[in-house]
Amino acid sequence: MPTLLDKIWKSHLVRPGDGRPDLLYVDRHLVHEVTTPQAFAALAREGRKVRRPDLTFAVCDHVLSTENRDRPLADPVAEEQLKALEANTAAHRITYFGQDDPRQGVIHVTMPELGLILPGQVVIAGDSHTATHGALGALAFGVGTSEVEHVLATQTLPQDRPRSLGLSVEGELPAGCGAKDLILYVIGRLGTAGGTGCAIEYLGPAVRGLSLEGRLSVCNMSIECGAKAGLIAPDEVTYAWLRGRPYAPSGADWRQALEFWKSLPSDPGARYDRQESVDISGLEPQVTWGTNPGQVAPVSASAPDPAALSDPAQAKEAAQALEFMDLKPGQALSQAPIDYVFIGSCTNGRLEDLAAAAAVLRGRRVAPGVTALVVPGSMQVKAQAEAAGLDRVFIEAGCQWRLPGCSMCLAMNPDVLPAGARCASTSNRNFKHRQGQGGRTHLCSPATAAASAIKGRLSDPREYL
Amino acid sequence: MQKFTTFTGIVVPLDMAHVDTDQIVPKQFLKRVQREGFGQVLFHHHRFDQAGQVVDTFVLNHPRYAKASILLARENFGSGSSREHAPWALMDYGFKVLIAPSFADIFKNNCFQIGLLSIELAGELVDEWFKRVASQSGYRITVDLAGQTLTGSDGFACFFAVDPHRKHCLLNGLDDIGLTLEHEDRIAAYERAHAAPWQAGAPEARS
Repeated sequence: MPTLLDKIWKSHLVRPGDGRPDLLYVDRHLVHEVTTPQAFAALAREGRKVRRPDLTFAVCDHVLSTENRDRPLADPVAEEQLKALEANTAAHRITYFGQDDPRQGVIHVTMPELGLILPGQVVIAGDSHTATHGALGALAFGVGTSEVEHVLATQTLPQDRPRSLGLSVEGELPAGCGAKDLILYVIGRLGTAGGTGCAIEYLGPAVRGLSLEGRLSVCNMSIECGAKAGLIAPDEVTYAWLRGRPYAPSGADWRQALEFWKSLPSDPGARYDRQESVDISGLEPQVTWGTNPGQVAPVSASAPDPAALSDPAQAKEAAQALEFMDLKPGQALSQAPIDYVFIGSCTNGRLEDLAAAAAVLRGRRVAPGVTALVVPGSMQVKAQAEAAGLDRVFIEAGCQWRLPGCSMCLAMNPDVLPAGARCASTSNRNFKHRQGQGGRTHLCSPATAAASAIKGRLSDPREYL
Repeated sequence: MQKFTTFTGIVVPLDMAHVDTDQIVPKQFLKRVQREGFGQVLFHHHRFDQAGQVVDTFVLNHPRYAKASILLARENFGSGSSREHAPWALMDYGFKVLIAPSFADIFKNNCFQIGLLSIELAGELVDEWFKRVASQSGYRITVDLAGQTLTGSDGFACFFAVDPHRKHCLLNGLDDIGLTLEHEDRIAAYERAHAAPWQAGAPEARS
């Protein structure tokens, strides 16, 4: 009784391990500017070629300014990195969605949007949020630069099969909560290392009920509980979303592909190496209070009191996190005043996310003193949002409407959270200094970020819905 | 990959759990296109304050550990971003061996790729090493990969587990890509068997 993971694994075995890791074929290799220049350089040094440029797709996202597309970039080191990607993709005839291409966007937003990611594929990128693409029923995971080089040279990767974790999400997602609240809650339950060594398959009615965009948000954050990958079996939602996208198959190819895709879901009674379940009935909007994504609570809750925690290691971590976050033990999270709001990223930069934020902000104003950035995940999302008038909603509310890029998720570009500033952010990591040295990050959903922008402190979006 | 057989070095204890790769190498340094030189920015926000001054209280800045080449750490070391810059920085700084109760998956793979040995030990054993390192200035551990043993300068010793394939590659300094390319015929056969149009790639890049 094979699982989805078993089926994808088996169908991609170039060579079974026999005492070595299995050799897996890679269907899609996604490339961005940050983690690949050293891989291309090593390839050149060894006199190797890119084996399958036609299966390799590149985009720039991390270092771009979201205010303009001026070149050279203000930071000469970033400019050199961007030039390296342009030169490497040209030299190896790799399809590249450059800064002025209408297909440019955050790698994990634009690649699925183009129909490049299909159910049953193995997808690799030098980026830990590659897990995002599991939402389409693909096995997608992040690797480091040496493994990027390996895939460039061989289109394969030696890998040990991760353990399968069947995670059943029970109950219905309450109104005012979205996919982001669901996954933050799951990470809180599993812990920041709770999925280590596993590929999580998200199961259950609440997952089935999510849109494809919501599923992308869920799978995106699988890495935040340490999991190698997150997967959701393809279904009618998947097929309807894929149909007609530029790179998706069509005509007879579509029918053939569809037949294959329908064979992918885990068989009834499939056995997972590990099974867990969480119940989300009664879920409230979630917000992180600490410095890893597992340190999360309902927005109506208070920061924990480390002294009340029984595990001394956890108590120490919580105390250090609260100190960094400038929160007092037991302080209500909704009292924390915020300086910045960031809506965007590979987690929450899709049209549905922007619509959720706009529904809260429509006809309202961002609180004085709060800087709110809204950064669409791709040029296509930007165009769609503008066609729907969402940009006007944001601008009239006092937000800044920007160009696609990774922006303030990780501060590798001009969008940097200042030292000491507190940010309600729809991104995926609240690590110390992630958004800027000394910056403090509270992860939350787009709706919660929008509500927080209006109140100027962490806020429950449900009062605006 | 560099060969790894045996190594003896001073141990520095980093008593923090869930050390993510953003802490190991902050993202503002990831724009460089070289592999070398990341040792300077290793643990940047821990080693230096916002004015760029050395933070004396951070363990790596303690003179006692100035020449450390073995890092003793806590659970889930290397979580978060997949940046290989993190193991590059550790190696460039001078580390050859990492010891912790657990490492994040991608980080562990990345270490292996560059010949940086990551050793997972039971939590109680890691606690014991922390105590011993604290008890004596200049405390060293000798790592014997072939024998899979760690031996401290006070004679305390333990075994460690290691994946047999990884051990073989590290002992012999084998090139992973070279190993895969030995299977060129299998890769080509796989490609021939999976050439349906809906499985193939970018039309514009195919010519």
